[in-house]
Amino acid sequence: MTVATATAADNATLPKVKIDWLPAMLVPILALAALPLVGSFSTWVTLTVAALAMGMMIFLMASGLTLVFGLMDVLNFGHGVFISFGAYVSLIALGPLAGWVASDNIGLNILVLLACIAVAMLVTGGLGWAFERIVIRPVYGQHLKQILITMGGMIVAEQMIHVIWGASPIPLRLPEGLRGAIVIGDAAMERYRVIAVVLGLLVFGAMHVMLNRTKIGLLIRAGVENAEMVEALGYRIRRLFVGVFIAGSALAGLGGVLWAFYRQTLTAGMGMEVNVLIFIVIIIGGLGSVGGCFVGALLVALVANYTGFLVPKLALGSSIMLMVLILLWRPQGLYPVAKR
Amino acid sequence: MLPANPLHSLLSGDYPRSRVLAATLFIILVCLAFAPFLFPGSQPINVAAKICVFVILVASYDLLLGYTGIVSFAHTMFYGIGGYGVAIAMYNFSPTWSAMGIGVVAALILSMALALVIGLFSLRVRAIFFAMITLAVASAFAILASQLNEITGGEDGRSYRIPEMLRPGFRLFDEPVLGVMINGRILTYYLIFFSALILFLLALRVVNSPFGRVLQAIRENDFRAEALGYRVLVYRSIANCLSAGMATLAGVLMAIWLRYTGPDTTLSFAIMIDILLMVVIGGMGTLYGAVLGATIFILAQNYLQVLMGELSDALAAAGIPLLPALFHADRWLLWLGILFVLSVYFFPVGIVGKLRQLRS
Repeated sequence: MTVATATAADNATLPKVKIDWLPAMLVPILALAALPLVGSFSTWVTLTVAALAMGMMIFLMASGLTLVFGLMDVLNFGHGVFISFGAYVSLIALGPLAGWVASDNIGLNILVLLACIAVAMLVTGGLGWAFERIVIRPVYGQHLKQILITMGGMIVAEQMIHVIWGASPIPLRLPEGLRGAIVIGDAAMERYRVIAVVLGLLVFGAMHVMLNRTKIGLLIRAGVENAEMVEALGYRIRRLFVGVFIAGSALAGLGGVLWAFYRQTLTAGMGMEVNVLIFIVIIIGGLGSVGGCFVGALLVALVANYTGFLVPKLALGSSIMLMVLILLWRPQGLYPVAKR
Repeated sequence: MLPANPLHSLLSGDYPRSRVLAATLFIILVCLAFAPFLFPGSQPINVAAKICVFVILVASYDLLLGYTGIVSFAHTMFYGIGGYGVAIAMYNFSPTWSAMGIGVVAALILSMALALVIGLFSLRVRAIFFAMITLAVASAFAILASQLNEITGGEDGRSYRIPEMLRPGFRLFDEPVLGVMINGRILTYYLIFFSALILFLLALRVVNSPFGRVLQAIRENDFRAEALGYRVLVYRSIANCLSAGMATLAGVLMAIWLRYTGPDTTLSFAIMIDILLMVVIGGMGTLYGAVLGATIFILAQNYLQVLMGELSDALAAAGIPLLPALFHADRWLLWLGILFVLSVYFFPVGIVGKLRQLRS
């Protein structure tokens, strides 16, 4: 269906890979289909922007997990830890920059956000390195143990957050200039959500370029398809994997910061709470596929927001329903990765 | 014909196979059997009842994780269905035995049907897939239970009355027996104790039957089991349903004991983690591990905290930094978590497995 049916080249150039547009088109189709249901255009814009922001954040948090799984067949049930840690670590940056948070200069506000992100990514990246080293390395290839051990790692890490930052939830103040909403016509869009969408798109773009236009990206994609073959060609897939794991953890940290500012409270269990959503997203997207993860995250967020508005009772079960429907259509997810 | 050995048939031929283990199990059994007489007071009997219920819950989880080799995160969901089955029946009808019976049967049917659907939907793929799907379904169910206010009582849960005979006001005899007044509370305890004992022996029967052997074969190598002609999906689904049914009954027992069912006591993810810890620390793939794991964990939960609190205070008084926070009474899960990770690495066979190895 996907790559295999690529049509033969017409000229001397390499044959173009046929892109499977159908799943990606689901996002705009879904958004447009919801328009008549929601009724008012301005409400629809607000909902859609909110959903996109949420989708971007989920994508950031989930992308690392799906790559790690695709590359090394390791499913990290403790992925939520990096999200929580990222969120808490941003407190370190917020401490000395309190003045900038209170100022209403939007440039300084964004700088604060970026500083938080930088610190969080550094720390969670390091944590990811340690986690891979201590927790995951001894259990390669043993799924059962992986699930148990990453679960255990999560429990310990969550408790460590309690030890370091205390057990009670910490309120997190959004920088002054990022509060409030931009109003265009009747449609109000929260500023912070717009920023989250922009940041998410930037990261997705960067990842896309990295994966599709660089040698490392080529190796990663090849590794996902067939790790043994890449090794046989003389590349150390293990190193590549450690790198991806660190990057994935850092991305989770980034997502954690955004998520924390979005919720405006910090709790040690916040990572685990989103973890469920993240699993749904990577199952929908096809385990191991970054593009699928992106589409999946957006779909989940859109469906959650629309149903939240239309039938609030159903909102929380909506992602499961979506997953069931998608898996009935494509049992391996939207973009199945070969040999999985 | 062999002479009938009652112990052999009771334990289905699955002996503890270690003197220390046998002695420990015997002590636990005696303590649980005579808990109301040995340890007077409401706290100890509460702990004992909780241990009985969790032995069943953990044993049923072990049937999945230890014997069949599949990881499920939906176990608390089935546990919760049992609890809510009793709660809803008692709350909406009358506190009678027949209402309770209806609740239990409805809960059993619902959870086994759910287990079957989830299993057929996701067990055919891979262990990891099943783990993720169950995690998602269980969290959706927890949310659903707290959303459906009219039926489940939402976040507050439901408190209800149980049949006359089981209420604390009920007296079986006018005179105290062995210095203890046999009231409805103690009768409830014995109802739970004997139900747990019977269920445990039934579970032993299941895992030591030919069916149980097939499950273990699937755990070791599902491909080979399939090649030998056993339909892996069917066996896995049956194991999933059995374990769900047992978890439901554990939930029923807990609901009778607590006379309250709410999302926090039945459906929360924290309980799922507790179950995992109990199974792994006790020993996967042996039901005696469930007994040890549940006993140790619940004792730790109730008494270790006190010890740790005292240690923490002592350390704080001595002026040592950081350590008081590490040993704070609420951080007991940290230490059990570390124990969990270490036991997955260094002794995946758990305490029971270690004890058995010592012998050989």
